[in-house]
Amino acid sequence: MTTSSPAQDLLLEVTDVSLAFGSVQALKDVSLTLRRGEVTALVGDNGAGKSTLVRCISGIHHPDAGTIAFDGAELELSSPEDAREAGIETVHQNLALVEDLTVWQNLFLNRELVRKVGPLAFLDRGAMQRQAKEMVSTLAVNVPAVQSRVRRLSGGQRQAVAICRAAGFSSKLVIMDEPTAALGVQETAKVEELILRLRDEGHAVLLISHNFEQVMRLSNQVWVMRAGRCVGGRRTDQTTGQEIVSLITGALAA
Amino acid sequence: MPSTTTAAGPAETRSETWSARAKDVGFWAEWAALVGLVALIVIFGALNPTFLSAGNIESMLVAAAILIILSVGQTFVIATAGIDLSVASTMTLGAVAFGQVYARGGGLWASCLAAVAAGTVVGIANGLLVARAKITDFIVTLGTLSAAAGLALILSDGKPVTVIDAGLLKLSTGGIGVLGWTFLIAAVVAVAAHVTLFRTRFGTHVLATGGSPEAATATGISTARVKIAVYVISGVLAGFAAILLVGRIGAAEPAANTSFLLNSVAAVVLGGVSLFGGRATIIGPVLGALLLTALVNGLTLLGVSQFYQPLSVGIVVVLAAFLTRFQR
Repeated sequence: MTTSSPAQDLLLEVTDVSLAFGSVQALKDVSLTLRRGEVTALVGDNGAGKSTLVRCISGIHHPDAGTIAFDGAELELSSPEDAREAGIETVHQNLALVEDLTVWQNLFLNRELVRKVGPLAFLDRGAMQRQAKEMVSTLAVNVPAVQSRVRRLSGGQRQAVAICRAAGFSSKLVIMDEPTAALGVQETAKVEELILRLRDEGHAVLLISHNFEQVMRLSNQVWVMRAGRCVGGRRTDQTTGQEIVSLITGALAA
Repeated sequence: MPSTTTAAGPAETRSETWSARAKDVGFWAEWAALVGLVALIVIFGALNPTFLSAGNIESMLVAAAILIILSVGQTFVIATAGIDLSVASTMTLGAVAFGQVYARGGGLWASCLAAVAAGTVVGIANGLLVARAKITDFIVTLGTLSAAAGLALILSDGKPVTVIDAGLLKLSTGGIGVLGWTFLIAAVVAVAAHVTLFRTRFGTHVLATGGSPEAATATGISTARVKIAVYVISGVLAGFAAILLVGRIGAAEPAANTSFLLNSVAAVVLGGVSLFGGRATIIGPVLGALLLTALVNGLTLLGVSQFYQPLSVGIVVVLAAFLTRFQR
C-alpha cells in the first residue's frame, strides 16, 4: 500500500449505527470514519452518546442497526473479547485494572502465557514478568517494578499501565475514554506524549476528551456528537476550537 | 528515565521491608492465623504437656482435615467476593448419599462417588443461581443450606446409617508417623488448590473476578463462568469432606454440622482472605483451620467446659476480622 488515498487509509467505518435502551434512543444513525496512523477525537456534551458508541465499537453493546467495518471487513462483535481479537483495545474510563493484582498480572489479564505440562497448563510467570518489564520500560511515565500491586500506583501510573496493555498485543486501534480526566498537569503531559507515541508507532487512536485544547493539540480529525447523533466532522487543522464548541452546543448546524 | 525506575523499584521495597514490617499492623493482619497458631501452641504447650505429645498432634491434624478441605472450598468462593453458607449442609447431604449407597450394598467406591456427586450437584445449583439467575450469594446459599439439610433428612428418613468398612477404617486411623491419611488428603487438596489459584489462568481469573468484576469483564473474562466454577469447587470439596466425615464417625448421619459452616468462614477470615474478594491465599485458611482446631483441643485438654468453646471461637474470629481492617 504505497498510495495514501483516504479510502485505503480507512481503518474503521461506522455506518448508520443506532442503539436504544428501552425508550431512550442513545445512538441515532451515527456514521463516522477513522484513519490509520491518526489520532481521531470524539467530542460532545455529557450524554451525547460518545461512550455508548465506544462501547459498540469495543464489543460491550450490540447496535440495533447499522454496521461497523474494521480493517476492510464487517465486524460482528458479541463480546469485548471479539473486539480484542480483531485488534481493538479500549482503555476504559475506570481503566479496568484489578487493584489487588500486580502490574504484570494486569498487563496479561486474560492473555496469560502458559506452559503445558501434559494435559495441564501452568502460568509462565517468568516469561510474563520479563515481557511486562519490556512493555513498561518503553513508557515515559515512571512505573515501579512490574511485581508491585496496582493498588500502590498513582493515577498517572495506572493510566500508563492501562495504555501499555492496550498498546501491546499488536492492536490496531486503541480507544481511550477520557484518559487524562483524573490526572495532574505533569501526568497529563506524559500521557499525551504516550498517545502521540502510539500514533507514531502506527496505532490508530480514538480519543474521547472534554479538553478542547488537548483535542486540538493531539488529534488529526474531530467528530462531534450531540444528542445521540454524529453532527459533524472536521480535519483538526481546518477548524477552530470555537467552531467545535458551536457544533457541540448546536449553535452551528453541520 | 525508565531504565532507572525499573531498577530502583525492587531495591526500594526490599530496604523498607524488615525494619518497617515489624511495626506495620498490616503485616500482622496478613499473618494473623500463623501468629495466633504459634501463640496457642506456646500457651497450651506450657500449660499442659500432653498438648504437644505426638498422639495429640496426630489427633489434632486428623480433626482439622475436614475443616481444612471445607475452608479451601470456601476460600475459592470468598475470593470471588461470594460466600457459600451451604458447605456444611452439602457435606451432610454428601454423607447421607454415601450412607444410602453403602446401605444398599453399593460398596466403598460407589459410595464415595455418590458423596462427591451430591456435593457437585449442590455446587452447580449454587453456581447457576448466583451467576445466571443473579440472586445474591448470601440468599442462594442460605436457601441451599436448608434445602440440602432437608434432602439429607428425607433421603435418610432421619436415621443414621452405620458404616463399618475396613478400607474406610484404615483411612481414618492409619497414616505416616503423626500425619494421618485424612490430614495428608487435606494437605494434597490444599497444595492442589494453591497451584490452581496461583499457577493457572483460572486462578488469576478468580482473583480478578473478586477484585474487580468490571475489569475482568472488560478483558473478556466470563465472570459468570468463574463464579459457577468456584461454587462447584466448593461443592465437590464438601463431597470429599463428607467421605472423611463418614470415616471419622463410622456412620452417615443427617446431623446439621452447623459448626463446620461457621468455622469454615472463620478459618478463611483468620487466614487473611478479604471478604470483599480479590485477595486470597490457601495457606492462610489452612493455618486458620489448624488454629481453630488447636483452640478447641487445647481448651478441652485444660478441662474447660465445652460450653466455652463456641464463645472462644467467636471471640477469636471477631478479633481476626478486626485485624483484617489493617490489611494493606
